[in-house]
Amino acid sequence: MSGEVPLWEVFIRPRNGLAHKHVGSLHATDEVMALQAARDVYTRRGEGNSIWVVASNAITASDPDQAGENFEPGEKIYRHPTFYEIPDEVGHM
Amino acid sequence: MYSQGLIGADGRSEETPEFLAAFQARVDAETKIEPNDDMPEGYRRTLVRQIGQHAHSEIVGMLPEGNWITRAPSLRRKAALLAKVQDEGGHGLYLYSAAETLGVSRKQMTEELLDGRAKYSSIFNYPTLSWADIGIIGWLVDGAAIMNQIPLCRCSYGPYARAMIRVCKEESFHQRQGYEIVMKLAQGTPEQKAMVQDALNRWWWPSIMMFGPHDADSQHSDQSMAWKIKRFTNDELRQKFIDATVPQAEYLDLTLPDPDLKWNEEKGGYDHGPIDWDEFWRVVKGFGPMAKDRVKARKKAWDDGEWVREAALAHAEKRKARAQAAPMAAE
Repeated sequence: MSGEVPLWEVFIRPRNGLAHKHVGSLHATDEVMALQAARDVYTRRGEGNSIWVVASNAITASDPDQAGENFEPGEKIYRHPTFYEIPDEVGHM
Repeated sequence: MYSQGLIGADGRSEETPEFLAAFQARVDAETKIEPNDDMPEGYRRTLVRQIGQHAHSEIVGMLPEGNWITRAPSLRRKAALLAKVQDEGGHGLYLYSAAETLGVSRKQMTEELLDGRAKYSSIFNYPTLSWADIGIIGWLVDGAAIMNQIPLCRCSYGPYARAMIRVCKEESFHQRQGYEIVMKLAQGTPEQKAMVQDALNRWWWPSIMMFGPHDADSQHSDQSMAWKIKRFTNDELRQKFIDATVPQAEYLDLTLPDPDLKWNEEKGGYDHGPIDWDEFWRVVKGFGPMAKDRVKARKKAWDDGEWVREAALAHAEKRKARAQAAPMAAE
């Protein structure tokens, strides 16, 4: 459909040291407008010091119906430290 | 996680005394440095070298342990070792992507590893001769790595610190699975106990060398400490590791191969005998048959993967061309 203003996903970094986190989306005609709009829409109360915008159609997402195959639940318990028995006497490990 | 596109093509900064002082003040205030921030060229270079070496170590580190996956003595041990080696591969990838935020490409880092310009941890140039080595590696080598990596979670460079938090969380099982292997062997038959003692004798000194040269001989250490890339010196970390490890060996009635190792009440830590730094430098510089094998194995993996990368790129091109052709066909 022509004339539609594209959608952008917005990511904010609350402060240096933390990762950018998805906060929501907005419509804007290009990346410059998207950044400005993101600042106005999502950071009016000091929510961050850095913004990323990514065109929503550039994101490829996994299929929720395949979550079972993609993300195994907890049966691989040997990936967790508690699976291994370490005596208390040897200290924290 | 990050792309190179985030970084200005020109990474250089005007390194006036004011600029350097302002940067140092930010570091001193514990403000993390992020990819788009101005930073001294030396800071960038140090991190590229350090994170690159760290990434290479994770990848090369898959080889000595991978050597034993098919010969693990039980399904339990095999599943754990597979999971561990898979983790190391993942950790290499987290670290390469952290390095890429500094403007170095993955391809460049790979080439430097394969042509010998880039170094990796000297520990991986030792052979894994018996199953007991796998236990000892988890206990000592991962133990030493964790000792080194925990303070890196507070490194001043944000992407490196964040990668290390993830790595440390995942590695918490690595040392425990190693100690469990060692414990089973140490409490097993006399032959099993002898096998694990032999492995310990071979790996102890290389493990304590992992922390690098003594502080007095460590050329980059002071600047890295000032920039809060490092939080503890090599000798401080080595001391912490030895103090934590000695009681773990004693508990299993295993002997650490250092006759000078003894408790020093005054300093509240163990004293240790002299380290053979000649051996350390020989191994770092890649003398000996294992170093050649390691790089040869990585080179083979890279060369054997060439057609796969080519085919995947060709496939992507084909799909793109089809997607572009489809709407036209519909008209």
